[in-house]
Amino acid sequence: MKSVLKIASVIGLMLSIVPPVLFFLGNMDLDTMKLWMGIGMLAWMVTAPFWINKKEDRRPKTEEN
Amino acid sequence: MSSIGLVKKLVAQTNEFERTPIPDDQLKGNKSFLGMYAGEHTAGTEFVIGPLFVAHGVGAIDLVLGLLMGNLLAVMSWGLITAPIATAKRMTLYYQLERIAGKNLVRWYNLVNALMFCFLAGSMIAVSATAVGIPFDLEMPTLNDWLPRTPGWIITVLVMGAVITLVAIQGYNQVSKFANVMSPWMILIFIAAGIVGLAQLGVGSVESLISVAQEVIWNGVPLPGMSRFTIWHIIFFSWFCNMAMHIGMSDLTILRYAKSWTSGFAVFTGVYLGHFVAWIASGILYAVFLQANTGSQEFAPGQIAYQTLGIAGAVCVIIAGWTTANPTIYRAGLALQGIFPNVPTWKITAIVGGITSLAACFPALVMKLLDFVALYGLLLMPMGAVIFADFYFAKKMGFRSEAALSTKSNFNLPALLSWVLTLGFCLGLNLFYGVEIFFLGLPGWFVAVAIFVTLSKMKYPLTKSLAK
Repeated sequence: MKSVLKIASVIGLMLSIVPPVLFFLGNMDLDTMKLWMGIGMLAWMVTAPFWINKKEDRRPKTEEN
Repeated sequence: MSSIGLVKKLVAQTNEFERTPIPDDQLKGNKSFLGMYAGEHTAGTEFVIGPLFVAHGVGAIDLVLGLLMGNLLAVMSWGLITAPIATAKRMTLYYQLERIAGKNLVRWYNLVNALMFCFLAGSMIAVSATAVGIPFDLEMPTLNDWLPRTPGWIITVLVMGAVITLVAIQGYNQVSKFANVMSPWMILIFIAAGIVGLAQLGVGSVESLISVAQEVIWNGVPLPGMSRFTIWHIIFFSWFCNMAMHIGMSDLTILRYAKSWTSGFAVFTGVYLGHFVAWIASGILYAVFLQANTGSQEFAPGQIAYQTLGIAGAVCVIIAGWTTANPTIYRAGLALQGIFPNVPTWKITAIVGGITSLAACFPALVMKLLDFVALYGLLLMPMGAVIFADFYFAKKMGFRSEAALSTKSNFNLPALLSWVLTLGFCLGLNLFYGVEIFFLGLPGWFVAVAIFVTLSKMKYPLTKSLAK
């Protein structure tokens, strides 16, 4: 299950960066690019929280005081 | 879990090793710091700083060279000034300062710190509001606005402030985790913004990139009402925008966990992603906005990101602003709790949230963010200089190290005078010689060190028996 979520997250990230590159190269119009980036955002937001932070690492805290 | 129970748990967690050195089994390698700093320096402020550089009419070459040099100086400051002290002492900034300057002075430091955190969080709420307001067709603030333009802006900001404060009271850990999760995506959105922006400005080759950068984006012409920035502004701003963290020593609290002092250099991932890539990308976004809206004085990061990247851009602005404002409100609450230890944390956080929300109503906080960031660092920097001078010069110059601790005092006059006189000196440079706030940190640091060493030698001289 975890690997499926990770793959979905990676696809989400890819959809956030590949459409802008395709737009830059003239292979995609702006509205389609925005749509795919929105889908990529959703894919990342709904899958990444289930595997990132799952293994609680005791990294240095950023809170001062 | 009740809110009070949760707050107690959070406070207990953040008080870990507050007054003792970090034990060896808790130390972290360089990798931990690489990831942490990469996320920490890609924040809501980046959506404002890059565009403000464009508005201030900096030239393209000045910007790129200035950022490369200034960020390098910042990395060196973390690596050579903060990290060696952090790994030698392994104490929080606050406890280290208490041992030198005494509890009473640390209270004042906490108060200034808390106020600065409130204003910083307020500016981030305002940034998020520029994205939240898009569906409601909210009239956005302009570059020269100091006061709110419409009641709609005030309502939006106050509602957002209330929500963010409630989350700060109840769920800091969840927001912190959410910020970690969203960090890789936000970095990609910044890169995407740069790519799309360049395409919209007609860049198709290296030659056109150079000409568009120099003639369209960073063309050297400030917008009406803005001063002109040179390479020196960029160098000093990028060096000192985190002055409170490096030479101001706030990051002692983080770097005390480092196995080796070389972890201080790990911050390069953060500053070159957040303060190079993200500032350049957000500047490109703003240039696209200015091209599409000729003569517009509107300055709304949410609107700007939405026009170029759609919903993903607007959401990125909201998340970046929110995930910066939230921990900042929480930190302000903790700083104030140092002054009022008997008041429950949730009450203090609620008060801080109220002050922050009121501050966020004023767009001046966003429009003058560069000046505010410089002021924030400058106000706290002298105490970092005191810690530096105490660590390196106490033995060599013959005065007692950690004087408040060794004399069992709650107050250290040389530290107070070092703080106040340094700020007075900087104010004088600004008022009488017209030195801009961005350039005051460097001379101020030397003055603070000199005052502290001189006065400590007079007030806390090492006796012969102590010197041995």
